[in-house]
Amino acid sequence: MSGGSYYVPDQSRFPIFMAFSLFLLVMGASSTINNLDDPNSNSAYILYLGFASLFLTLFFWFRQVIKEHLAGLDSNQLKQSYVYGMAWFIFSEVMFFAAFFGALFYVRTLAVPWLAGEGSKGAAITAIELWPAFESTWPVITTPDNGVEYELAEKSMAWPGWDHALKWLPMWNTIVLLSSSVTVHFAHLGLKSGNRKKFNVLLGVTVFLALIFVGLQAAEYYEAYAHYGLTLNSGIYGSTFFMLTGFHGFHVMMGGIMLAIMLARSVFAGHFEDHDHFGFEAASWYWHFVDVVWVMLFLFVYIL
Amino acid sequence: MLTFVAPMAKADWFALNMTRGITDISNEVFELHMLIFWICVAIGVAVFSVMFYSIYAHTKKKNPVPAKFHENHKLEIAWTIIPFLILIAMAVPASKTLVKIYDDTAGDINIQVTGYQWKWQYQYLEDDISFFANLSTDLDEIYNLVPKGENYLQEVDEMVVIPAGKKIRFLITANDVIHSWWLPAFAIKQDAIPGFVNTAWTIVEEPGIYRGRCTELCGKNHGFMPIVVKVVEQDEYDEWVLNKRNEAIKLAELTTKDWTAQELVSRGQEIYDVNCVACHQVSGQGITGIFPALAGSDIVMNDKERNIEILMEGVQGAAMNSFSYLSEVELASVITYTRQSWGNAEKGDGEIVIPKDIVDYKEPKI
Amino acid sequence: MSAVIENHHEDHDHGPAKGITRWLYTTNHKDIGTLYLWFSFAMFLIGGAMAMIIRAELFQPGMQIVEPEFYNQMITLHGLIMIFGGVMPAFVGLANWLVPMMIGAPDMALPRMNNLSFWILPFAFLILLSSLFMEGGAPNFGWTFYAPLSTTYAPPSVTFFIFSVHIMGASSIMGAINVVVTIMNMRAPGVGLMKMPLFVWSWLITAYLLIAVMPVLAGAVTMMLMDIHFGTSFFNAAGGGDPVLFQHIFWFFGHPEVYIMILPAFGIVSHIIETFSRKQLFGYSSMVWAMLSIAILSFVVWAHHMFTVGLPLAAEIFFMWATMLIAVPTGVKVFNWVATMFRGSLTFETPMLFAIAFVVLFTIGGLSGLMLAIVPADFQYHDTYFVVAHFHYVLVPGAIFSIMAAVYYWIPKWSGNMYDERLGKLHFWLSFVGVNVTFFPQHFIGLAGMPRRYPDYSLQFADWNMVSSVGAFLFGFSQLLFLFIVLKTVMGGKKATSQVWDGARGLEWTVASPAPYHTFSTPPKVD
Ligand code: HEA
Ligand code: HEA
Ligand code: HEC
Ligand code: CUA
Ligand SMILES: [Cu+2]
Repeated sequence: MSGGSYYVPDQSRFPIFMAFSLFLLVMGASSTINNLDDPNSNSAYILYLGFASLFLTLFFWFRQVIKEHLAGLDSNQLKQSYVYGMAWFIFSEVMFFAAFFGALFYVRTLAVPWLAGEGSKGAAITAIELWPAFESTWPVITTPDNGVEYELAEKSMAWPGWDHALKWLPMWNTIVLLSSSVTVHFAHLGLKSGNRKKFNVLLGVTVFLALIFVGLQAAEYYEAYAHYGLTLNSGIYGSTFFMLTGFHGFHVMMGGIMLAIMLARSVFAGHFEDHDHFGFEAASWYWHFVDVVWVMLFLFVYIL
Repeated sequence: MLTFVAPMAKADWFALNMTRGITDISNEVFELHMLIFWICVAIGVAVFSVMFYSIYAHTKKKNPVPAKFHENHKLEIAWTIIPFLILIAMAVPASKTLVKIYDDTAGDINIQVTGYQWKWQYQYLEDDISFFANLSTDLDEIYNLVPKGENYLQEVDEMVVIPAGKKIRFLITANDVIHSWWLPAFAIKQDAIPGFVNTAWTIVEEPGIYRGRCTELCGKNHGFMPIVVKVVEQDEYDEWVLNKRNEAIKLAELTTKDWTAQELVSRGQEIYDVNCVACHQVSGQGITGIFPALAGSDIVMNDKERNIEILMEGVQGAAMNSFSYLSEVELASVITYTRQSWGNAEKGDGEIVIPKDIVDYKEPKI
Repeated sequence: MSAVIENHHEDHDHGPAKGITRWLYTTNHKDIGTLYLWFSFAMFLIGGAMAMIIRAELFQPGMQIVEPEFYNQMITLHGLIMIFGGVMPAFVGLANWLVPMMIGAPDMALPRMNNLSFWILPFAFLILLSSLFMEGGAPNFGWTFYAPLSTTYAPPSVTFFIFSVHIMGASSIMGAINVVVTIMNMRAPGVGLMKMPLFVWSWLITAYLLIAVMPVLAGAVTMMLMDIHFGTSFFNAAGGGDPVLFQHIFWFFGHPEVYIMILPAFGIVSHIIETFSRKQLFGYSSMVWAMLSIAILSFVVWAHHMFTVGLPLAAEIFFMWATMLIAVPTGVKVFNWVATMFRGSLTFETPMLFAIAFVVLFTIGGLSGLMLAIVPADFQYHDTYFVVAHFHYVLVPGAIFSIMAAVYYWIPKWSGNMYDERLGKLHFWLSFVGVNVTFFPQHFIGLAGMPRRYPDYSLQFADWNMVSSVGAFLFGFSQLLFLFIVLKTVMGGKKATSQVWDGARGLEWTVASPAPYHTFSTPPKVD
């Protein structure tokens, strides 16, 4: 620690514990995945252990940070560091999603048409020689190798037309998630104006909406698997669909957990001041980010 | 050890530059290469001579008081614009040549080239000819047990034959992983992407034998799947086509012949050495963890049906691909060979597989 | 567990903690910098030892000491370890040591996360290296791991590889965020953006590149994981995907990645040339603009690694022109360095020797890069040793030389001792000769037609391969001398002054040598 204005924490055990937890986590994950067909494998326990120690470390680490914060150790400059840090972290997440969106655009506009013989680069011959029966449609219903076929186009996840709009889960999901962005925003306003009750209630509603979203998403996956025959194995449409929505769903859960923790901090520990609540603000940024990603998904995965 | 150094005399201290090639396109590419090479040399000489001049003349000893300047806008603009112009001078001819190379119209002869781990298949689309080209260099040469021949690692058991003066289009694809079909003399390098077809074309005026290689990492034997193209005059080519057709007819006749185990085994060994050793190894031991042993394999010893099925269909998601492109005779003999060798016959049921079995397997599927 | 929570009110302004925990639990940017540097050196030796196996195998035609299968594992691990374990952590280590001192900050912005970024790395590489002992062997599909060789046809250890890349990426992203935040938020009053030392600028831009592309790599390996284990078909035409999609995503990461490995080198070299020319750097602001342009252009050139996959004509032409454009800003940098030396007052201490060699040899590598960008010619160069020669010229006498130059230049500041100038010069000359003997002949081998990633080759390539191997052994063993010099300096030697080099400028030279454990606890005044 230095005598200066910027708080430089002392030695800490958390980082290396965290690194070790990550090590356990990925070792566990890799060997579990490699041994999926082996019922006698114990690899999953390493995975659980990794998760457990990761969460424990995170818990104590954040507790420490909050304590330091409450002790007034962090200057405005340090808070600014958190702000920048969170912003750039979100940017990195944007690029993570960009990889999957890029994959979607590429297969839709280039690879699938090529496989069906449209375009240059020997595409016509590709179709004739290798995949004679393949047709370029999106969603791809019958894969080039005729391997999988899920039922019908109108049963894909795409926009079903106005007649069926009300039964179309993605639309409800959009409504739910967009309103959760609104509620979290008003919760923030409540906090800023010192209205703790408004904050707690609206944040509670936000977390609830997050739960509904995840529930609806689960229902949608169930539908896809059970009734549409749309699975991870259904060729490229299933691949991009589940990758994008699944990765997004995972982020919703992360964001929801963050918000829930903020709620708990506010309700049980009375944390956050009207002028000083970056913990919450970071979580809410994340939430808005997740929301924006969903709008993109809605547009590119479901509608178009 | 020293004796095997002898063929090094064939090595070439003067192989310093790209070969010029033998087609119009490859000549053009060579000229382009030399053009950009000399431009780069000139730039290098210019930059380095100023630098070495400073190193020589502006040392602390000779120039104890350094100059004070640290910018000069005119100079800076000049050394932004001039390189830009040089680049354009390089890119324009390059783009022109590229447009020529990208001609995608059908050839007089169209050959589909398919990369396999680790061999090339050539199918002449018009003439119904199809064969595989495998590395023909002896394993003993590779393992330094005997001296290396002149065409070490650049010889195959069957060359691609094309006529001079005709436009040949290659339709390049792969069956398993990505390979890349490179023939320097034609200036063709096209990746073979499984599931997609890429095209390349050439017109060769000069008969001769031209050698190339696989240039995309494709696994263990990536270095051992060369390409050899033989360019011949038209009449010789026609003769070759006729011969290939006759061979195919003879092969078909063999299917109906009565086979003894012995005949199958000896024929099978050759096929095994060409098609299977790469993975399952000479003694059928495989490589632990990646390629299962065939010696002592339950399937090979006792399960004739599954054995045929594996060869015909391959194993999904594994390196074991379908070998259904081999002829019935070849399949029957290679399976019989594996079932009879390495003690498999003694420990297992010892049954043999005859070409008829393969024909039967194919039957209901049609 | 409450013992975990430190009490930080007790002692003020102390030095480092005692014992091993100093290194395990540290939050000090200098300690973490040191850890990074030693880690990267260890990785350099391991990756280098693998290169020695490669060169030994290629000493003569015929299979000599390893099997093709193992050879492929060696090139894969060599590439991965040198890039992700050698060069990148070395630059992060230098950033840790230098950025706070150069901008007058007390430490990195987020010190605990800083330690986390470091400690992930040893675990990640432990996983990667342990795959050598797994069933089926280590990853064997090249550092570029093209699908489907790396998916359907990969050994089981690929799963471990994927996750190890995930956590390496997390480490890089956190490290980069730390650098960005430090630079944006912690500059001492008066250090305006256009007053920052160039090394700081180079790292600001590098960090931005890292944050932008490491997640894309994570996305690529995630899709691989799904394809391998969960039945998706991103990279499988039979299901409607495309193996080439993998390459697009990989190189969208991969090309900026190569600039991640060179931009900090540009920064380092600018400092060293300025110091030993005793003359202000020529064209500071054009240096900054050049780096920014290189970084921005680096996002639109990725397909120059894929000219032979059968891209549409328009794409080939676009990527060729865009790639060539990068020569302009890079040229500006080279010209600026030369102009800085021009009519300076030069001396040739070891760091300067390495820096001069950098300029010359990097330019050679850059020019061969330019040749590679010319599509029709690249049809002949692609995947041959010409490419291997190109990237080793920009990486070894490029990135690695800049790192060595940096170590010689700043080690007096780090350790308080001068290195042995005679040994340093010896190390330089051995390395200089070694590197050229190793990699220059590879241009010939490549043009003559030898593809890369070949464990064995036909006879016409034999002579130059042998020369290259001899050079490699020379270069490799000279690095043990480097290790020796560094150890010797750390343990003792002539004491360094705080200024160290008479031409040096910058805040780091205003503090004592060795730099105190905490510097700039109160921000310095800069005008
Ligand atoms: C530090 C790493 C680094 C750097 C800086 C570069 C810099 C460049 N690289 Fe390189 N490259 C790699 C690392 C790097 N590369 C690696 C690792 C690979 C192989 C990956 C793999 O497949 O495994 C590769 C491969 C690679 C390829 C693919 C080759 C192939 O596989 O077929 C190409 C093609 O365009 C290329 C081009 C360039 C260009 C144009 C530059 C430019 O930035 C160079 C610019 C510099 C100069 C031009 C010199 C100085 C300029 C002047 C003196 C001005 C005057 C000049 C002119 C007007 C011409 N590189
Ligand atoms: C920064 C990156 C970097 C660096 C520094 C190097 C350094 C070296 N590389 Fe590198 N190389 C790559 C990045 C790098 N390489 C990449 C990305 C590839 C492509 C991989 C692929 O195809 O996928 C490659 C591929 C590659 C090949 C091509 C293989 C092939 O295509 O078949 C060759 C062949 O000569 C080679 C040689 C060398 C040599 C001789 C060095 C030397 O500079 C190394 C110097 C040696 C040492 C530093 C060792 C010192 C120590 C000792 C000798 C002591 C002994 C050991 C212990 C004490 C443990 N490398
Ligand atoms: C490219 C590598 C490769 C080549 C070439 C190859 N195989 Fe295989 N083979 C494999 C792999 C990998 C498996 C394991 C498949 C699995 O079950 O996952 C296998 C499995 C088998 C099996 C089943 C063994 C068992 O016990 O499960 C038989 C039989 C077999 N191969 C026969 C052959 C024959 C005959 C040839 C040559 C005509 C051949 N293979 C060529 C890679 C190869
Ligand atoms: Cu086929 Cu390399
Ligand atoms: Cu590149």
